[in-house]
Amino acid sequence: MLVAVVGSGPSGFYAVEALLKSGLEVRVNLIEKLPAPFGLVRYGVAPDHPKLKQVSLVFHKIAQHPHVQFYGNVELGQDVSLSDLQETHHAVVLCYGAERDRRLGIAGEDLPGSHTATEFVAWYNGHPAYRDSSFDLSSRAAVIVGHGNVAADVCRILAKPVEALRQTDIAKHALEALAESRVREIHLVGRRGPAQAKFTSKELRELGELPDCVATVEGDSLRLGPEDETELAEKTNDNAAKCYQIFKQLGRSGDGSARRRIHFHFLLSPLSLNGKGRLESLTFTRNSLVGSAFEQHAEATKETIDIACGLCFRSIGYRGEPLPDVPFEERRGVVPNEAGRVRQGLYVSGWIKRGPSGIIGTNRADSVETIATLLGDVQHLGKDGASSKASFAGLVSAKRLHPISYDQWRLIDSAETQQGEKSGKPREKITSVDQMLAIAG
Amino acid sequence: MPHIVTDNCQDCRFTDCVGTCPVDCFHGDQERLYIDPDLCIDCGACIEACPVRAIFDVADMPDEHRKWIVVNAEKALLLPVIDAKQTPKSTAETRKVALGF
Repeated sequence: MLVAVVGSGPSGFYAVEALLKSGLEVRVNLIEKLPAPFGLVRYGVAPDHPKLKQVSLVFHKIAQHPHVQFYGNVELGQDVSLSDLQETHHAVVLCYGAERDRRLGIAGEDLPGSHTATEFVAWYNGHPAYRDSSFDLSSRAAVIVGHGNVAADVCRILAKPVEALRQTDIAKHALEALAESRVREIHLVGRRGPAQAKFTSKELRELGELPDCVATVEGDSLRLGPEDETELAEKTNDNAAKCYQIFKQLGRSGDGSARRRIHFHFLLSPLSLNGKGRLESLTFTRNSLVGSAFEQHAEATKETIDIACGLCFRSIGYRGEPLPDVPFEERRGVVPNEAGRVRQGLYVSGWIKRGPSGIIGTNRADSVETIATLLGDVQHLGKDGASSKASFAGLVSAKRLHPISYDQWRLIDSAETQQGEKSGKPREKITSVDQMLAIAG
Repeated sequence: MPHIVTDNCQDCRFTDCVGTCPVDCFHGDQERLYIDPDLCIDCGACIEACPVRAIFDVADMPDEHRKWIVVNAEKALLLPVIDAKQTPKSTAETRKVALGF
């Protein structure tokens, strides 16, 4: 059986692994739009979290299996169509993630100085599509809207002394810009309360322990309502309980001599981004929580507050991109599916399947489920082996595409590590696709 | 700081954690599971996967569980890798209730 897996991030690699473990005679073409594999492990995981990136060693092993062929620099929707893939494979598994940011849908969202967190993350991680982005770090105050781990990453990169980033694989352009940063006050704003923040306790704790930086909670927002108490008492909600304890331990005013300060704000929803020609402040509505435990939602009160800032990052979640001829659930930004099946022969896994939640390992269980569904359909997918299908390699060469094989990626990989060695970094990412292709030969 | 399986796993062995481990660092016998601290990348996916919250990040585990750090390291060396979910022990549901979950 020939299977195309589209996207080489965690969900894509774990889909390949599950196919290889199925015991069937399977060949997999792993299709990636960039010349480099690993998706958000390379372009999402923060540079100062190197241990998480070690998961790429597992992906490396999977990619080298003789039944796996990596096609980097081949983009679904641009270079090949879904029907191209279906004509050349018995099944297609879409693992292309959720790359679009959710929008706030309020006035001033596109003012200069207002950005998505994704754009910033992709920029400091050296993503080729974002190498030319620029962020005005000359502002003293920055606001991050959202209380999840991406918001925490953005906050940490802004708050950390640049010296602590020099030995990481952060992009050179980002390191240079951060070295000149004048950002001193970072406001992390969430629409619900401290019991509902979506940080993992580990990420939150890090924010309280940064050198030369103080994290404080604004106002008296740590008071809990009876529903919050119920939520935090639930034994399986232990992450929220841990986070709440961490919030309580943060200083109210803290060390006045610290160079940078992180302010946690709760129960605020952005109403508008304001400024003449560029961002000068955000206006928020104060919320109160309404509803029963675990179903509390934020409801606006009449009170508003302003926070002055020249820089804002919106980190309120991601959405997938729809594809032609594939159903799409607009509200959640996912491809509707049943245990991974969109229809017979077409499957999804990872963020495009379940939405942008969970951590690296979550995708393994998710892909195992999808591949189990695919294997259950196997008698309908054509067990006639490769011969009944046109060759994908033939199609790629007929279209005069320039695919990057895994061996070619390894040339890019070693060029990056060699370049990094010169400056004491684990790697210096090559941020230009043309340059990557030139190295790949 | 790796993650550690503590004694809530004993008599449960739900093995939901194994399916979420990105690096196959779980080892086990018929009794319970252990984490290889040298392989664990601290992603934390297993913590929430465990129905009885047997797994802790060493960085924030209660003192009474610290004795399991050494046991995990030692047992992981000796026992085979468990890389797919298995049937929980017959005592699992009773034990889960007894543990208050």
